Amino acid sequence: MKRAFGALVLVPALAASQPAPAAGQDAAHVFRGAYLLPISSPPIESGVLVVQGGAIVAVGGADLASPPGAVEHDLTGRVLMPGVVDSHSHVGSVSGGDRSSPLHPDVRALDSIDVASDSFWRARAGGITTVNVMPGSGHLMSGQTVYLKLRAGGRTVEDWLLCDDPLTDVCGGMKMANGTNSLREPPFPGTRARSAALVRGLYHEARAYVERQAGRADGDPPAARDLRMEALAEVLAGERIVQHHTHRHNDIATVLRLREEFGFRVVIQHGTEAWKLADELAAAGVPVSITSIDAPGGKEETIDWTLEAGAILERAGVDVAFNTDDFITDSRLLLRSAALAVRNGMSRAKALEALTLAPARMLGLADRVGSLEAGKDADFVVLSGDPFSVYATVQQTWVEGRLIFDRSNPEHRRYAVGGHDVYRTTAEEEAVLRRLLEGEGG
Amino acid sequence: MRGLLTAALVGGLAAPAAGQVAVRAGVLHTVAGAPIEDAVVVAAADGAIEWVGPAAEASVPAGVEVLEAAVVTPGLVDAHSVVGLAGALNSDVGQVRDQDQLDKSAPIQPELRAVDAYDAAETLVDWVRSYGVTTLHTGHGPGALISGQTMIVKTRGRTAEEATIVPARMLAATLGGAVSSNFRSPGTAAKGVAMLRAALLGARAYGEQVRRAEEAGQDAPAPPARDLAREALGRVLSGELSLLVTANTVTEIGAALRLRREFGFDLVLDGAAESYLLLDEIRAAGVPVVLHPPMSRVRNGSFETAAALAAAGIPFAIQTGFEGYVPKTRVLLWEAAIAAANGLGPERALAAVTLDAARILGIDERVGSIEVGKDADLALFDGDPFEYTTHICGVIIEAEVLSRECR
Repeated sequence: MKRAFGALVLVPALAASQPAPAAGQDAAHVFRGAYLLPISSPPIESGVLVVQGGAIVAVGGADLASPPGAVEHDLTGRVLMPGVVDSHSHVGSVSGGDRSSPLHPDVRALDSIDVASDSFWRARAGGITTVNVMPGSGHLMSGQTVYLKLRAGGRTVEDWLLCDDPLTDVCGGMKMANGTNSLREPPFPGTRARSAALVRGLYHEARAYVERQAGRADGDPPAARDLRMEALAEVLAGERIVQHHTHRHNDIATVLRLREEFGFRVVIQHGTEAWKLADELAAAGVPVSITSIDAPGGKEETIDWTLEAGAILERAGVDVAFNTDDFITDSRLLLRSAALAVRNGMSRAKALEALTLAPARMLGLADRVGSLEAGKDADFVVLSGDPFSVYATVQQTWVEGRLIFDRSNPEHRRYAVGGHDVYRTTAEEEAVLRRLLEGEGG
Repeated sequence: MRGLLTAALVGGLAAPAAGQVAVRAGVLHTVAGAPIEDAVVVAAADGAIEWVGPAAEASVPAGVEVLEAAVVTPGLVDAHSVVGLAGALNSDVGQVRDQDQLDKSAPIQPELRAVDAYDAAETLVDWVRSYGVTTLHTGHGPGALISGQTMIVKTRGRTAEEATIVPARMLAATLGGAVSSNFRSPGTAAKGVAMLRAALLGARAYGEQVRRAEEAGQDAPAPPARDLAREALGRVLSGELSLLVTANTVTEIGAALRLRREFGFDLVLDGAAESYLLLDEIRAAGVPVVLHPPMSRVRNGSFETAAALAAAGIPFAIQTGFEGYVPKTRVLLWEAAIAAANGLGPERALAAVTLDAARILGIDERVGSIEVGKDADLALFDGDPFEYTTHICGVIIEAEVLSRECR
């Protein structure tokens, strides 16, 4: 019989005086003694993580020796896991396309990000280190998403990008949506079939563009730039992943049909009824990023929502992630979504992966983030206990070897618990954001 | 636990009455006192708790079903919700309209009865019961100066009549900007308070008119025509109904306390996001708080407000409130869990969704703790109820086993 109340014994707080390493420091940092969850390999009791130059140098058991001159961190009694990857969020005051069209492949979320937004503190306090910030679902295609790393001391969005140069590189995905959110007065579609027809027309236009570009000879005069077609060419080439808002089984089937026709890489976002198409999704190798709420409904197309979705998809062999969809759910509580999936039959291992390595794959970033492996970015979270316990708290969040959230610092702690004048984004402002993003009510 | 029930436990003299049920708990949180290890609760067929105590001393009539669970608590009491008036679809148009918690035709409508709108068959009633809520204070929602009346139901029954245990318990009032977003007037917070004061004064005058007419007997002028709105407000002035005032900011809480000082009604503060800034004033007024769900993103809200209220000695309960768009705060258990993990602790968090809620609602004679004579409303768990990974494995209302599968 499990013991009720107080079964979790918390260890004393971390020593407050440990130095925070800075980027570029030569010294290695060794985190020793925690229950280590590398994700890509089995858990390690009393594990050791060695970090240097922003990257992971080594992961091992208690016998792993520290490099000479390393700074030691005693994490006895703690849990250490990779930084959490949120594959669907609206933090940072993000915006996308406007009402002029239902299709905005040229619009970049990165041009709207407010790096000073307090919403990024929610994410840090929740252990999130990498986040896919998306424009909303009020359009069939609301724009290019942006993948951000919440590095210490960000001053512009460039400081947080996972690409080198937004002028030349793919720095995020392509946000698409179907179902009811994007149904509106013309020029927006009024039906589901019209939605699909508009999208197909655009992709055929892009395919023709790609063929024209391929047919150009070296001596031809330079073609006029086309920002819309350039972004869609990246999608057709599989370089820019489609992040597709979709809830209902028939809308999910439509996404699979579009993928079949155009061959793009796609992640099912929300996927409320993905559990009904688990076998089809598994066969197609299409992953699902679940937004976990706490009751069915909120609108007609989410009435068949279930907490068992994670378990059903796992059993079918579908790659599953959990996202916050922040402001829909709170970035401070993303671990909770995975915990509730475990309650409803998902394995602990897959639920942990669904917070880290699985979403990293869905963003095409698994070579850099999502697991504790030598050579990967030194992004990790230190917890006071079991990540799936409500009583466990995020003690520290580290990005590329630097501490970006420290619960023992009162200035940081207030972002974990809230309070007066902590968050500037109010419920009313979130309601406005909601209308902007989801296209609800004009 | 399962299968370990000893013969000694069974075999009382009385023959089992149909509908009787017993529960054996690894840990029984009666909430009325310290938890009891390996305890038994016997529920009588009439729905009341007949016996509570250690399993070693228990005597369960032969033939009575004995459910077993690692942890048993009282059925949860949600101190404020709109479930049953608001439905899962969150639709306010057409045939699937299921949003009846707020009528926007006028900002003050105390005559609206919750019983006339409660849908006992609503999906959400089953949903919240499946996570342990057996008693629900529901009714008209926030968003109007006075949106209507509230009621208390058990989360079962086919009709409002079958579900109801208190048909009218409070009037739901709201102060501040939330009202002005729904009505042309009041357009400001101060105007809203002025309108409420005028309405309460009007009800007082109406009540005096009625009383004078009754006292004067046959020589009296004709009594005033029935005024349902003023009658309902009069029940607040007489103390028969409480005024549940949704007030989140310091300004709004201050205005609520000021109104109470002027009219002397029984005030219950609802929401109370910034209550941690007015702990002394709220305690001095002796006013209870029905705290917003900790996970709702109310302005200046904190996960630690419940702990602050507890430390200040202010009576409080935790509610689920209402979020229509994308449900995030509908499971009371998980709201209390956030408070439990943020300074309140599990024992106090459990009280905030059982006995303390029942006290604020005035129904603690009947629900909120596991004591002989009280309703046999029980929630069964396979571990700490607040842990995300614990399952709820049974819900019992008045000895009726409404669910027994783990979820």
